Amino acid sequence: MKRHVLSMREFSREEIDSVLDLAASLEPYARGEKSDIMAGKILALLFFEPSTRTRMSFETAMKRLGGSVINLGPAEGSSISKGESLADTVRVIGGYADAMVIRHPKEGAARLASQFSPVPVINAGDGAGHHPTQTLLDLYTIKKESRLEGLKIALVGDLKYGRTVHSLAYALSLYKADITLVSPPSLRMPDPIKADLSGKGTAVRETCDLGEVVKDVDVLYMTRIQRERFPDPVEYKKVARSYRITPEFLAGCRENLIIMHPLPRVDEIASSVDATVHARYFQQSFYGVPVRMALLKMLLGGGV
Amino acid sequence: MFKNEKQSGEERHDEKKEKPRELRVKPINNGTVIDHIAGGQALNVLKILGISGTSDATLSVVMNVESGKLGKKDIVKVEDRELLEEEVNRIALIAPAASINIIRDYEVIEKRHVDLPDEIVGVVRCNNPNCISNTQEPIKSRMLVKAKNPVLLRCLYCEQPLTDRIADYLI
Repeated sequence: MKRHVLSMREFSREEIDSVLDLAASLEPYARGEKSDIMAGKILALLFFEPSTRTRMSFETAMKRLGGSVINLGPAEGSSISKGESLADTVRVIGGYADAMVIRHPKEGAARLASQFSPVPVINAGDGAGHHPTQTLLDLYTIKKESRLEGLKIALVGDLKYGRTVHSLAYALSLYKADITLVSPPSLRMPDPIKADLSGKGTAVRETCDLGEVVKDVDVLYMTRIQRERFPDPVEYKKVARSYRITPEFLAGCRENLIIMHPLPRVDEIASSVDATVHARYFQQSFYGVPVRMALLKMLLGGGV
Repeated sequence: MFKNEKQSGEERHDEKKEKPRELRVKPINNGTVIDHIAGGQALNVLKILGISGTSDATLSVVMNVESGKLGKKDIVKVEDRELLEEEVNRIALIAPAASINIIRDYEVIEKRHVDLPDEIVGVVRCNNPNCISNTQEPIKSRMLVKAKNPVLLRCLYCEQPLTDRIADYLI
């Protein structure tokens, strides 16, 4: 059994499957059914960077299972602004809580925390590094709303800096998914990550043209292209327009195509797509709750 | 162990040749000879061993001499100090072909080849400026050795690979 959740690389396919199965069994509680699995347990939330959905979905997961939550609060005015090390902070907070969730601007912060914390640590994003709970909820969404076996998926947008797509692509390689990478040339997935995927026997294609692949996939996984990645605003507008999903754009796609997005979206998906049968991004965001419940149960135990 | 071997053959006079090769550095009495260092890396080897301009060790450094095996090689002789295995293995980071001769009373009493351990602690800094190991946290850098020739390191914390110019990141 795992003591910490730090990186997808530490999960085997069997371990992922067992988290997804556990999440499915906990989904009724995520929908509001009463539970006291986590009664008497405290989860500490250490967000050194702003977050809305990750922080709130952890809080929801813990509270719906009957547990409670303590919050670091904004870093300003806390011990952090007085120059306390992360190592000391987690040792102190580890004395207050049964587990902790950490988001930090520096890569490797969660692993450092795990070396000093007396209680389990869950990585909720470390700089440009890992965000394993996002990947697990993405996999859960694909499993529930599409299929993990024989999946054809297009990962679209910023594949260079987007940490969610790196971990997701890695995890999908464990399922031998057929992956198409769709991005502007300047935001292609870094070569070492692609080499890693090919090394696992995963079929990976690369293209700039989203129109070419939309008819041929089960899942379109959209990501936000950040304006600040482009020195030239004209170039940004051009790229942003070419990766915009509208109902018209979806004409001719598979009937059971699903569209996912880690949110927040900006212009990548027109709001008129929300009403189509393909939209799953809000469902995906809800699935963060049962998946995080499953991780809490995995780390803290407690009978169902 | 190679007992009773004469030290550093390449530097002795070769009696068979008409013109004896010049003896660049005299044999040492006791200490360590690090031979077959890739040309130009001798100063980095000293850095790995923690030998700086202010240390009082008696040193001989020979750089860019011809070598059949490496083209050009460097040699470092450290007197009155027998390197520990851990120190020897760190040398493999920048000189994977190096050989180490431990000398006692002018004889080579032990000859070792370098071999990188699976993890290097506190020797190489992560090349990712945003890595938590490059902050004021109370930790040492930890590099996992993923490949030995050429050397590929991966930071335990941020998982960033390091393969080129490792010498630039020595702590």
